[in-house]
Amino acid sequence: MANISKEIVNSAVDAGLHERPGFIAARTLNYLRTLEAESIHILREAAAEFARPVMLYSIGKDSSVMLRLAQKAFYPGKIPFPLLHIDTSYKFPEMAEFRDRYTREIGAELIVHKNQEALDQGANPFVLGTQKCCSLLKTKSLLDALAEGGFTAAFGGARRDEEKSRAKERIYSFRDPFGQWDPKNQRPELWNIFNSRINKNESIRVFPLSNWTEADIWFYIHLEKIPIVPLYFAKEHDVVIRDGSIVVVYDNSVILKGEKKQRMVCRMRSLGCVSCTGAIQSEADTVPKIIEEMISFRRSERENRVIDHDEEGSMEIKKREGYF
Amino acid sequence: MSLTANKEAWGFESFMEQNLEKELLRFTTAGSVDDGKSTLIGRLLHDSKSVFEDQLAAVKNSRINRSSGAVDFSLLTDGLRAEREQGITIDVAYRYFETSRRKFIIADTPGHEQYTRNMATGASTADLAVILIDATKGVLAQTRRHTYIASLLGIPNVLVAINKMDLVEYREDVFLRLQQDFQALAKQLAVPHVVTIPISALMGDNVVTPSERMSWYRGPTFLEHLENVPLGVETMSDAVRFPVQYVIRPDASFRGFAGQVASGVIRPGDAVVSLPSGQKSRVRSVVTFDADVPEAFPPMSVTLTLEDEIDLSRGDMLVSPGHPPRVSRHFEGMVVWFNSEPSKPGRSYLLKHTSRTVRAKAVKIRYRVNVSTLVQEPVNSLQMNDIAYVEFETVSPLFFDPYTQNRITGSFILIDPISNATLGAGMIREDLSDQTVVQDATPKPVTAAERYKRHGHYPALILVEGNPALASRLERALFDDHFEVLHVSDQDVPQHLFESTLRLTQSMGLVAVYSCGALAPETKERLNALVGNRFFDLSTLQLPADEPGTVQKVLSLLHPLRAVADHEDQDKIN
Repeated sequence: MANISKEIVNSAVDAGLHERPGFIAARTLNYLRTLEAESIHILREAAAEFARPVMLYSIGKDSSVMLRLAQKAFYPGKIPFPLLHIDTSYKFPEMAEFRDRYTREIGAELIVHKNQEALDQGANPFVLGTQKCCSLLKTKSLLDALAEGGFTAAFGGARRDEEKSRAKERIYSFRDPFGQWDPKNQRPELWNIFNSRINKNESIRVFPLSNWTEADIWFYIHLEKIPIVPLYFAKEHDVVIRDGSIVVVYDNSVILKGEKKQRMVCRMRSLGCVSCTGAIQSEADTVPKIIEEMISFRRSERENRVIDHDEEGSMEIKKREGYF
Repeated sequence: MSLTANKEAWGFESFMEQNLEKELLRFTTAGSVDDGKSTLIGRLLHDSKSVFEDQLAAVKNSRINRSSGAVDFSLLTDGLRAEREQGITIDVAYRYFETSRRKFIIADTPGHEQYTRNMATGASTADLAVILIDATKGVLAQTRRHTYIASLLGIPNVLVAINKMDLVEYREDVFLRLQQDFQALAKQLAVPHVVTIPISALMGDNVVTPSERMSWYRGPTFLEHLENVPLGVETMSDAVRFPVQYVIRPDASFRGFAGQVASGVIRPGDAVVSLPSGQKSRVRSVVTFDADVPEAFPPMSVTLTLEDEIDLSRGDMLVSPGHPPRVSRHFEGMVVWFNSEPSKPGRSYLLKHTSRTVRAKAVKIRYRVNVSTLVQEPVNSLQMNDIAYVEFETVSPLFFDPYTQNRITGSFILIDPISNATLGAGMIREDLSDQTVVQDATPKPVTAAERYKRHGHYPALILVEGNPALASRLERALFDDHFEVLHVSDQDVPQHLFESTLRLTQSMGLVAVYSCGALAPETKERLNALVGNRFFDLSTLQLPADEPGTVQKVLSLLHPLRAVADHEDQDKIN
């Protein structure tokens, strides 16, 4: 494969070191291929050791990279576990469309789960507030889906550079029978040896992308030409300004009192629910332009996510409850 | 909207290419409450422009500010609520930043609670350890502990940051004294590559930009060293170690063995032996999603197909027939005990080594290392945070190498079969059995790089003309500073032998101080050709008038010999 051989930095061979018995000129992989190799190792290790793994598929850019890594890990075989999407029903319509098309294309098994009971009772962020809404439609829904499927391990696309409490999470994140994370009592994790032993009803969240940064994700998407949801690329949308955030509106969207619809060229930096994920004003309509923008702005990507800023430490609280 | 690069936009492809050439450096930072570790990392992230503006804004608006400065940098790294409230760091935190030369992963480990466990976790994959010393306190028991753990986990480089120099008026003598104290410790622990840098994390001196207040310091700043410290060795073992993780069998026509290469280079056609079965075969292809590749080497994750149908599954290992690993049920290793419950003699554990999990028993605890005094103590059981030398016996054999030779095939973890807790981690030292398959028969010649590793510095030649007393003084000062040094005088060596004698000192990796009468320029040229940029001719140097000043100056000139190890130099001493 042209890519890999070109990227191998083979300095020692060029330096013409004479060979000694038992030793050869060192080869090194560049950082992105090193991260890739590590992630594949994690995916294979978990797939081999857990009775019933599942991959949380959020349709976002990180999930797209994780999915590609899973394809690579088991090639020429198919991905040996299903994908699970927790659908709050408030996601961007482009997301479901992309999800259904792409998973069919690569032949992956897809499970879509909704907390129908809460939705039937009319759960939405305007009535419940974002924290309660998230807790019902994401966290509870996820825990129910994992329990229903009898899944012992769930791959997630979270990265340690995303948020402060994530920085302290292991690659194998142990969860008690209630799916909860105890940051003060994590299993030590050394070298590339992972402890996948669990008792009944316990589970492990596995994060193969732990050591990737936002920049790594975009470089990899570019290098590997990984398809992503079009919402990441700048385009003219109908929007309203809500609490300082740019909220994209659709024909059926709720528009609050005092809000005025306007046209704006913008894009999503991360994907969540329509009402809680702000867009950013941007002209970046290609991956290179997104990378350029990311480097020149250097603002944190979850800044536009209302749920992370409810109060100080709010992501940590959600994670302890079982959120990803 | 398109996925393809808009090439004319800003030279993206060449930017991308450059970016892909970056190496990854993993380092660990250990420290205790109040030694300024969080401040240092915060400063590093901030000054290297990696702190996102909005995260910084959130810190500025935070209710808590523990530092005396305008921005409390430690808040950038303390992630959990409990930590911010108590002003401590609880668990290993991973941070990421990059410069134009390298990408960095920091494993930031707290120094107080559970320090051994956390530090071992962070150290296990690190290329470099940062040890922080508070200039107002000096080398403490905790410095000893951190350095010991760094050396135990096989971290090849140590960067000692003498912090809080602002509190000691940026004094050089304080720095030199602490540097010397640490060198003594490093020597005792056989820590090979040590570089010491005076900094003030709070004020930003020598963290990213050189300090104007410490103009006496000529070495690299903290970040400069991180960007330049040589990472790899230029050769690696050709002994293939390929632990099989997963067997891929999409249909009857394909049977592939998936895994990550732990050492050696694997090419189609290569002979391999499967362990434990001992069956032989040849590699047919090295398969990846993108295409078959001509070779696989660490840390690549690939899938191998073989020429023959042999017995091979997860937990087995493919190795090269010429250099097999040890195969044994008995071995010894250093163990770090993590669990709050002490170990019980005679209990059996699950031992996970590469992709293989076996039942194991700790047969005997030889001794425990007191990490504060480094004294070996007899014990019957292991307490939390203990480090001990333990004999193991397993139910079925492991295929391993000593940890010093291979961090992957030389390491294991211990799991409680009932609670499933990770009880401890181990580094294999010796094989106790006589079942060893084949020993590597060819002894390897000792290389200059190995000598460098043992001495802790490169060889050098100092030329002192017409002042034997000064030469003796230099020998003493360098010796006390832990250089391997020899004073050679033209009084002791016959004229026609002095060049070969000096050449010999350089081959031995020594710092030679040659005192003699005035030398002819062409003789000097020959000496210069012999040692290159490590030739110090005092007559050509700008030196202070007094002898103590001269000695200090020469010492400072020789300190970089401990750090420099670029490839060019390696070639020269080889």
